[in-house]
Amino acid sequence: MVKINGEMQQAAGKTVAAYLEEAGYDSRAVAVEHNEVILPKERYASTRLADGDTVEIVCFMGGGC
Amino acid sequence: MEKNEEDVLELGGRKFHSRFILGSGKYSLKLIEAAVKDAGAELVTVAVRRANTKEHENILDYVPEGVTLLPNTSGARTADEAVRIAHLARELGCGDFVKIEIMRDTKYLLPDNEATIRATETLAKEGFVVLPYMYPDLNVARDLVDAGAAAVMPLAAPIGSNKGLVTREFIQILIDEIDLPIIVDAGIGSPAQACEAMQMGAAAVMANTALATAGNLPLMASAFREAISAGRKAYRAGLGRVLSRGASASDPLTGFLRD
Repeated sequence: MVKINGEMQQAAGKTVAAYLEEAGYDSRAVAVEHNEVILPKERYASTRLADGDTVEIVCFMGGGC
Repeated sequence: MEKNEEDVLELGGRKFHSRFILGSGKYSLKLIEAAVKDAGAELVTVAVRRANTKEHENILDYVPEGVTLLPNTSGARTADEAVRIAHLARELGCGDFVKIEIMRDTKYLLPDNEATIRATETLAKEGFVVLPYMYPDLNVARDLVDAGAAAVMPLAAPIGSNKGLVTREFIQILIDEIDLPIIVDAGIGSPAQACEAMQMGAAAVMANTALATAGNLPLMASAFREAISAGRKAYRAGLGRVLSRGASASDPLTGFLRD
């Protein structure tokens, strides 16, 4: 199992690119952190998720004070 | 100060003609373009959040070109979390400006000054243009200068309260003693309050909730723009003095019609 945005997902073995596409994320609008390290976009296709990994997928939204 | 030289705000080597930093929270994405335009804002804050797969609207599609995005680290409870959020924001590809917000307290949303200093130091060393949100304390502001901050952003009142310049005296101390731009952030609720902050010598004012909770957001954006510009002009002009007592006529008072 892989913990993605705080939820356990059956994503072990998949590449980050494949997971993003299957789950329906817009990969141009997100940034990905893999085990607390930023994953550059050019490595989405070559990075494979493993059991116990932690992934954060984030985007910008409105914010201020 | 030379009165005729170009009046620009410099942050991280970039020049801004607007001194109104606009937040983009608590209102519809569809209003952002009008708000930015009517505010005349060149710096707009955004937050970083977990993406979801159902919502495909991208805020970047609504922000007009030429605007510098200022991602904040809201949601961070520690210096390490703020650093992680800053890294994610930079990876989202909108430059290296970052506004540090670190809050452990969820009731009053007050910034953790000590953690903010540490995050500022880390991110400034990595080349970020760091604008730290802080509780106005002179010693902390000096530490933020040493840590490499590009500006200091003291709060006027608790975030979202619209209470105005509650910390006025302490912000004035920062303006008087700190060589970096002092940007008044959080709690500014009306154009009059924004104008007063600018008259005090603030380099810029940030507002969000005051607009988002106004009856007419773009009209309020325009009101803030004019108030901030007026306050800046008044500061540059130098306010007239206040008499402690008595009066001083503006007309010739030589008596006539009497003898």
